[in-house]
Amino acid sequence: MMAAAPLLEIEDLGLSYATEQGTLRAVDGVDLRLHRNEALAVLGESGCGKSSLAKTLLRTLPRNAYPPTGQLRLDGRDVLGLPEERFRREVRWVRIALVMQAAMNALNPVVRVGEQVAEPLRIHHRASRRQARQRAAEAFEEVGIPTDFLRRYPHELSGGMRQRAVLAMALVTEPDLVLLDEPTSALDVLTQASIMNVLKRIKHERGVSFVFITHDVATASELADRVALMYAGQVVEAASARAFFSEPAHPYSRLLMASVPRLYQEQPPSSIPGRPPSLLDPPAGCRFAERCPWAFERCSEPPPMIPCGERRQARCWLHHSPGGAR
Amino acid sequence: MTTPQPSASASRAARGEPVLCVEGLQTHFDLRQWGFVRVGSVRAVDGVDFTLDAGETVAVVGESGCGKSSLARTLLALHRPTDGAIRFDGTPLNGLSGSALKAYRGRVGYVQQDPYGALPPFMDIQRILAEPLIIHGVRGRAERARRIDAALEEVGLTPAADTRGKFPHQLSGGQQQRVVIARALLLRPAMIIADEPVSMLDASVRVEILELLRRVQREHHLALLYITHDLSTVRHYVDRAMVMYGGRIVEQAPVAELLARPGHPYTEALLSALGDPDADNAHRQREVPGGEPPSLIQPPSGCRFHPRCRHAMPGKCELEPPPPDFRPRPDHRIACWLHE
Repeated sequence: MMAAAPLLEIEDLGLSYATEQGTLRAVDGVDLRLHRNEALAVLGESGCGKSSLAKTLLRTLPRNAYPPTGQLRLDGRDVLGLPEERFRREVRWVRIALVMQAAMNALNPVVRVGEQVAEPLRIHHRASRRQARQRAAEAFEEVGIPTDFLRRYPHELSGGMRQRAVLAMALVTEPDLVLLDEPTSALDVLTQASIMNVLKRIKHERGVSFVFITHDVATASELADRVALMYAGQVVEAASARAFFSEPAHPYSRLLMASVPRLYQEQPPSSIPGRPPSLLDPPAGCRFAERCPWAFERCSEPPPMIPCGERRQARCWLHHSPGGAR
Repeated sequence: MTTPQPSASASRAARGEPVLCVEGLQTHFDLRQWGFVRVGSVRAVDGVDFTLDAGETVAVVGESGCGKSSLARTLLALHRPTDGAIRFDGTPLNGLSGSALKAYRGRVGYVQQDPYGALPPFMDIQRILAEPLIIHGVRGRAERARRIDAALEEVGLTPAADTRGKFPHQLSGGQQQRVVIARALLLRPAMIIADEPVSMLDASVRVEILELLRRVQREHHLALLYITHDLSTVRHYVDRAMVMYGGRIVEQAPVAELLARPGHPYTEALLSALGDPDADNAHRQREVPGGEPPSLIQPPSGCRFHPRCRHAMPGKCELEPPPPDFRPRPDHRIACWLHE
């Protein structure tokens, strides 16, 4: 018996933007796989392409983006080639829902939150007003908002409650995949922890899969089963959370982990000297080589993703065995 | 001479007097209806006491709406305190105006959260850094240029000639924040107030900026007040930390002591909500107190944390506000009846 097909398969995905300075390659040859009930953290610093990746998944790209290249399959079915109308009807908010960073921008300020949470059901599932309201109330309970808040307007909710409402809106159509784009970055420590608690519970109880875009290593570790670290438009390491957080394989992963200030560690964090390369004209070889203390001659050639463990790859020549046995 | 006299503050520091002394500080903002009927007030800072020594770095940790930024802005003399006293180098700040206020502002550097917002986009770096020098009467183009170059090099923007002529948008976020720090240092301040200086920066740059602040603070023997929402950044960069909640300081202690033996239930809650990166985090629910941060318009009676506190003692905590100085150790102060 073969293992179940992945829920989401991304192969050689590329995305470019037209800018005044030239063509900017924001996402360059990204391969990712997500199984059901898995949470994948896409981790990276600003400008690494993680948000462009999210926008490609949901087709919410700005106008200056060229059509994405590569493969994007949901349950084995190509979605990149789907005409816009079918994508809207069959994928967006039906199978993939989104939770954005700024909850206030995701909510309409003049419509009661209960109606907004029920709206995707009315549109995508053609639910009756009563059914939709009932489901919205259930979704509110699930994310921990008192149901009498259904009748409130967004400005009457605290930041944490708003983010919960946005989460309820994403869950109400029972999508297979929820895309979380920095869902807690604008929130306070305690609010952030309670939202992460809700996400963990939902993942456990409902078996939803998550793609979790974040720049924060500690937050990524709160939900991820798997981690994909991005650098300069590429995935440089893909691994299980356990492997990634205990023994990062790529030099950038190691240095990034060492740059995280920790509460309970004597060792002070260290910075990573240098800056990421321009995506208008990236270096021909390894994109991290210029900042890498372990760089050697081979790094002037672009490294492929090299397997270095079970379901684990790193884009680094250090993991290349000369025999080429793998 | 408008620049400070280091010898005076040095001698004060030698006598063991703090640079900054804050007592019973309150900053309230009026809430008005129709623009003139006063209907209440926001008690942003509501009874804060602390001192800051020369050469000492102290963190103010708290969530949004706890009053930490209002505290910073009151100390910068941007808000007028409603009550209480601020003494800087022995001189009361109350009622300071005109040239005395200007001199005070020259002695206190300010590092903002958003470096891009803090730098005027239409001025080049040279011009931005010349501004405070001109205002504070540093005469002579050559002297100003010399001090600007020295400041840029001090914050690691070397050679200064590469940065001087650029505009803020031509610099990275980390470089912009370095310029902001250079500006804060230009007038040779005795104290720097940094309000969330790294929260908009990437992880790898964050450490650089925190290290830079720590280095210049040590080299100039500055008092540094570091305001942050992120407890994980305090451990290696500050001497003492104060935790603010609902407009008040609920706990202050040396940072290692605070992390090892948090005494206030709110500090405990903050610490248990945070964790170092670890794959196990994904498999456990964190303990988070219910409820929301208190309203600063109608704050809860008694201890402001009592509605969310799992140790709250009925008949005590909701009635009387705890005084801020129960001391399990001489340098550890806690505002909580549990430590009575």
